[in-house]
Amino acid sequence: MTGRASKNRNENYLTYVKTQDPPTKHFKNCLSAFGVGGLICCIGQFIRFMLEYAGLAGDELAGCTSMILIFLGTLLTGFGVYDRIGRHAGAGSIVPITGFANSVASPAIEFKTEGWIYGMAAKMFTVAGAIIVFGVFSGVLVGLIYLFI
Amino acid sequence: MKKGNTVFFKNKPRISGYAAICGSKEKVGVIGGYADITLDDDMYEESTFEKAECKMLTNAIALAIEKGGFKETDIDVLISGDLLNQIISASFSARDYDFPFVGVYSACSTMSESMMLAAMMVNAGYVNRAVAATGSHFASAERQYRYPLEQGTTRPPQSQWTVTGAGGCVITNAKEGVKITSATMGRVCDLGVTDVNNMGAAMAPAAADTIMRHFRDTDTTPDDYDMILTGDLGALGSRIVKDLTWEKGYDIADRHVDCGEIIYKVIEDEFQGGSGAGCSAVVLNSYVLSKMSSGLYKRILFAATGALLSTVSSGQGESIPCISHAVELEY
Repeated sequence: MTGRASKNRNENYLTYVKTQDPPTKHFKNCLSAFGVGGLICCIGQFIRFMLEYAGLAGDELAGCTSMILIFLGTLLTGFGVYDRIGRHAGAGSIVPITGFANSVASPAIEFKTEGWIYGMAAKMFTVAGAIIVFGVFSGVLVGLIYLFI
Repeated sequence: MKKGNTVFFKNKPRISGYAAICGSKEKVGVIGGYADITLDDDMYEESTFEKAECKMLTNAIALAIEKGGFKETDIDVLISGDLLNQIISASFSARDYDFPFVGVYSACSTMSESMMLAAMMVNAGYVNRAVAATGSHFASAERQYRYPLEQGTTRPPQSQWTVTGAGGCVITNAKEGVKITSATMGRVCDLGVTDVNNMGAAMAPAAADTIMRHFRDTDTTPDDYDMILTGDLGALGSRIVKDLTWEKGYDIADRHVDCGEIIYKVIEDEFQGGSGAGCSAVVLNSYVLSKMSSGLYKRILFAATGALLSTVSSGQGESIPCISHAVELEY
């Protein structure tokens, strides 16, 4: 088959496949992401209030709240609960800091079998590496914009 | 004898023994009741999932040999493969046995490929008894092809669930049992699907191509078969393969069964059904062959499909080439 004929055939096939594809339930996904994401933030806010009540303030307060949330995210990952939440919540459980904890802890658990150094430690950031790189990069961009306005 | 791409076996190699092992999720499905060993724990008392996969395959081979009434010394060759890099499960299983090992890889169609090769060897008289086996494990496949298990990600609705299971059969020159009458060698088909989550759509053209070539070469129609069994197209891929064959004048709709579509009971996280090399291996070596041996099905065309991609090729934006080998079984 010549290049053009096979290209046409492939295009026809891909158009046909699109008509058969089960639709992604955007509305339902957005709703559960909003609900779960909101709930995680509410828990974070609750922890913050409690810590404030206990006498923390400023940077210490923010740091402790994050630490507790990261701990909870990692703990739930270890118990095999977080991936179940994530399967339904999508971005709702990925975007908060607990999602970041999950993306570090899950490869660490997974690759533990390949050794502590070359397995767990080296592959811990296979998923989170991208988040760190683009997180820092977008931080720099926003910083530059702030500098000039 | 050969016509087109189909090889006809004059000496009719037989399937003398078969066995299947499946995991906990498959156990509750329809097929679970027919498997020889069902696991409650997918770790299979091992320390890693890869070791568990290897153990499943080893035990499936041993059980198939035992059920056929053979001893290990009777076996002339083992033809096997799996999904993991460098087919480690198959090779590592083979080190437990004294007979020679031929490693093959054609992703999820490894079962039909190894059966075809075993039948060719037995038919030609080079070997008397050959074992064809394969298996897969959800956790090890997930780790190699997708994300870590505990990673909280959503699965798209086109996605499939890799089957935890292994199956094997002993193909011999005996005079009784299910016979393998012909086999159609697959061609690599690539219609430009790049979505790694949509394996059904990628593999369906390969299945349709092999099935239709088999009909043409053997001068048969879909009505001549009791069942046309595909490997792991899933619900979406099954719809596509029916459309593709119907378009060319073959109506397989009422005879087509997909292993991936029937293996799970509840479609919850699996969406389109099961996939993986173990999918067709488990279904064929439990339900299908036991029903054939009891005379429920007389003639089956078994065409497992495989997607020949790697994480590197899909990362580089390549489309997914697929293959399907078919073997015809008669009782």
